[in-house]
Amino acid sequence: MPDHTVKAYDEELGSLKKMVAHMGGLAEEQLANAIAAISRPDTRLADQVIAHDEKLDVMEQQIEEKAILTIAKRQPMAHDLRQIIVTIRIAADLERIGDLAKNTAKRTHAITEQMPRKLISGLARMGGLAQEQLKNILDAYAHSDASKAMEVWRSDEEIDALYNSIFRELLTYMMEDPRMIGPCTHLLFGTKNMERIGDHTTNIAENIYYLVHGRTIAEARPKKDATSLTPIATKSKD
Amino acid sequence: MDVSLPKRPASAKRPHILEERPIKITARDVNVYYGEKHAIKHLSIDIPDRAVSAFIGPSGCGKSTFLRTINRMNDTIPGCRVEGEVLVDGENIYDPRLDVVQLRARVGMVFQKPNPFPKSIFENVAYGPRIHGMARSKTDLEEIVVNSLKKASLFEEVKDRMGHSGTSLSGGQQQRLCIARAIAVNPEIILMDEPCSALDPIASARIEELIDEIQKNYCIIIVTHSMQQAARVSQLTAFFHLGDLVEVGDTDEMFTRPKDPRTQDYITGRFG
Repeated sequence: MPDHTVKAYDEELGSLKKMVAHMGGLAEEQLANAIAAISRPDTRLADQVIAHDEKLDVMEQQIEEKAILTIAKRQPMAHDLRQIIVTIRIAADLERIGDLAKNTAKRTHAITEQMPRKLISGLARMGGLAQEQLKNILDAYAHSDASKAMEVWRSDEEIDALYNSIFRELLTYMMEDPRMIGPCTHLLFGTKNMERIGDHTTNIAENIYYLVHGRTIAEARPKKDATSLTPIATKSKD
Repeated sequence: MDVSLPKRPASAKRPHILEERPIKITARDVNVYYGEKHAIKHLSIDIPDRAVSAFIGPSGCGKSTFLRTINRMNDTIPGCRVEGEVLVDGENIYDPRLDVVQLRARVGMVFQKPNPFPKSIFENVAYGPRIHGMARSKTDLEEIVVNSLKKASLFEEVKDRMGHSGTSLSGGQQQRLCIARAIAVNPEIILMDEPCSALDPIASARIEELIDEIQKNYCIIIVTHSMQQAARVSQLTAFFHLGDLVEVGDTDEMFTRPKDPRTQDYITGRFG
C-alpha cells in the first residue's frame, strides 16, 4: 500500500502499531514469569509479576488515547480505520491477558511445597501452549498475516483439550484426598486462566483477519472446552 | 435489544440500495468528449430514486462532467460531445425529440457557490414556478414559495424579509435559498455540485441535515470532495478516476471495505 500524502498520518499509524507490539512483548514476559513463578514456586517472582501488571494497564490507556486522537484528527477510512479499531481491541485483549497472568502469579502464595510436581507440570504445559499461541499471534499481527492468525485460531483446540484432561485429573485428586482441595482449586483456576488466555489470542486472531479482509470470520471457532458440561460425581455413603 | 442477523449475503455484487429503491437514472456506455479529451469513458451506472448518491474522486476525474450530462448542461459547452444513453425513468434524455427545458425542470441543480438571482428572496423562489406556469394565482405562487422555503429550512429565518435581496443573506442561507429555488419547480432529481465547499462547518451541517430531510422525495446526486460528507449523507457512492467509474457500491461498504485498491488509496488519502 502506498504511503499517505500526509506523512504524519503514516507515523501515527506506525507508532500505534509499535505500541501494540511493545505491549505484546510485555504481556508475553508477564505470562512467562507467572508460569515460572507458580511452577517453581517462586513467590518473589510472583510479586514482581503482580507489580508489573500496572504497566500493561497504563499502556492500554496510552494506546487508546492515541487511537482516539488519531481518529479525531484524521477521520480514517477503510483499512486505516480498521487498523486503528483493531489496535484498540488488541490492546484490550493484551491487558486481559496481563490480568490473567497476574491472577495466576497470585496463586503461587497459596500453592505449597508439598504439592505433587506432576500436578503443577500440567499447568506449566498449558502455560507453555498459551505462551506459544501468544507469540505466534503477535508475529501474525506484526506482519498483518491473516493466514498465520488463522492457524493460531484453529490451534486453540489443543489448549481446550489439554484443559479438559487437566480438569478431570485435578478432580480425581480432590476426590481422593480432601486436603488437596485447596491447592487443587488454585491450580484449577490457574489452568482456567491459561485457557482464557488462549481465548484472548483467538480474539486477536479474529481481529487480524478483520484487519486484512475487512470482514469477520464466517466459520465458527472450534470450541473444545467441555469442562462446564462435566458432571462432578461424589461418592455416596451407603 | 433486538439483534437480527444481516440479510444480505456478504458477497453481494449489486449495491443493496438498488434492491430497496426504484432506479431513477440509468447510464449505459456513456462517453463524453471535450474536443479531443475523452472526459468520461464507457460509463454505466444505475442511480436509485429517493436516495442520495455521492460522486467522489480527484479533480478532473469526470464526476462533475457526468453530473452535467444528467440535465444536459454539457450541451452549452462548445466542443462537448456525449455518446451513449442516459435514461431517466427509462426515457433517453439524449433523444433529439426531447424538450431540454422540460428536462431541466425535472432536474434541478445546486452549485458550488451559492448563486441567487439579484432579486428579492421571494422572487428568487417564485421565478421558476412562474416561467413554468405552475401557479394559477398569486396565492398559489405564494404557497409554492413558502413551502419551498420551508422544505429548504430557510422560511423561519427569512419570513419577515421576503422582499430583501437574496444576495443580502449569509452564504449558508444563500445556498439554502438556491435549494429552495431548485425545489420550487417540483423536480424529480436534484444535482448538487459541491454544495458545501464554500460554506463554514455549521452551514454545511445544515445543508446535510436538509439533504437528509428531503431525500425521501427526490433522487439526489451530490458531488463532493469531502469523503466524510459522502460517507455521512449518501447511500450509494461512486468513485471516479481519470474518466473511469472505478467502483460503485453501498456507501457503508465503500468506506469500510472498498474492493478496488484505487478507491482504498483515494479515500484513505494515499493518492500521489
